[in-house]
Amino acid sequence: MDHQSESTEITFHHAPGGDDTVKRIIRTTILLSVITIIELALGFVIYFMHKGENPSHTLILFIKGVIVILSLAKAFYIVSIFMHLGDEIKNLIMTIVVPLALFIWFITAFIWEGSSWLNLRNTDGHSKPNIEKHQAAPEGKKPGGVE
Amino acid sequence: MATAQAQLETKWWSGGKSPFNVEYGKLMMWYFLMSDTFTFGAFLISYGTIRFSQNFWPDPNHVFNAFPFAGHANLPLAFVSLMTFILIISSVTMVLAVHAGHHMDRKGVIKWMIWTILGGFAFLACQAWEWTHLITGEHAVMIDGQIKEIGTTVSMNPWGPAIKGVMHDGHQVYSTGPVAFGGYFFGITGFHGFHVFSGVVINIVMLIMTVNGVFDRKGHYQMIEKAGLYWHFVDLVWVFVFLCFYLI
Repeated sequence: MDHQSESTEITFHHAPGGDDTVKRIIRTTILLSVITIIELALGFVIYFMHKGENPSHTLILFIKGVIVILSLAKAFYIVSIFMHLGDEIKNLIMTIVVPLALFIWFITAFIWEGSSWLNLRNTDGHSKPNIEKHQAAPEGKKPGGVE
Repeated sequence: MATAQAQLETKWWSGGKSPFNVEYGKLMMWYFLMSDTFTFGAFLISYGTIRFSQNFWPDPNHVFNAFPFAGHANLPLAFVSLMTFILIISSVTMVLAVHAGHHMDRKGVIKWMIWTILGGFAFLACQAWEWTHLITGEHAVMIDGQIKEIGTTVSMNPWGPAIKGVMHDGHQVYSTGPVAFGGYFFGITGFHGFHVFSGVVINIVMLIMTVNGVFDRKGHYQMIEKAGLYWHFVDLVWVFVFLCFYLI
């Protein structure tokens, strides 16, 4: 019965795939391993930069950005090849992928929130708003400025 | 190309068939995984928010630098890369099991499912070691002017900034770090570990069903595909856990 209901639900099956599929799996495995090794290498670069004198924070941030992009590439290959989403019809791909666009705003908003929180923490919270401090700073410097 | 043409010519919404060309159970597995993505996403984003709000956050290369049977050797990234490769390889054996299922090759499915389950157990064992090491590995920390030795838990974090010039039993003394570190680490890796564990249980059930010939009687191995989707998702989440906790 199961077999019958399955065959009426599905209009056409993926290409059965022989050695070609196995080859594609092996290729993807190698690709994922290589990306992981590059990520680890970059991780060690960050480690040694932190150990060294005066690490360049802009460069470290850039390397971290590269690692994030490499991770997204890994996610793409896992979903598209291993989970076979790339072989499904466009309707299905869209219902899975489009809602994930919410993450763009989700991440932006919360990182923003975190930075604002850091700002408040370093300006004694609400008791000393940022503006006051900026105004106070030049005044404090005045005696030194007048020479 | 012929398939692409067929896709264009099929009236997907005329009824009598799945408009997504997949079986109901598999479609629901996809939607479950999508919702689970948001759950994990919410956890990781919350972690990111707290981390951004702190002036100091422990350096993962400093916290996670141990390897089983290596004593006090400083080996950053070594153990976690082992865990990552175990999970990638078990994902590959799973996709090979699904492939064997497409060809109705029962022996192949059994062989690859056993490897996948072993990979899952290996990963869980690694995580158990990592947690034990973190909780029981005590470090000298200055708390209220006194030096105490504490491990990493959800309420204690010895990984603060180093106090220059203060040593205890030949070890550097640190101030306490942000408490949220342990909570997020154990919470998120624990939730992921729970997924790995349930994935292993599902895979064992699938293995028993395969051995009993259930799928041969049904005439298809679609259950292996669904279990496979879940297992790959576990690997997918690890990509981001690895990224957020160990790499950056």
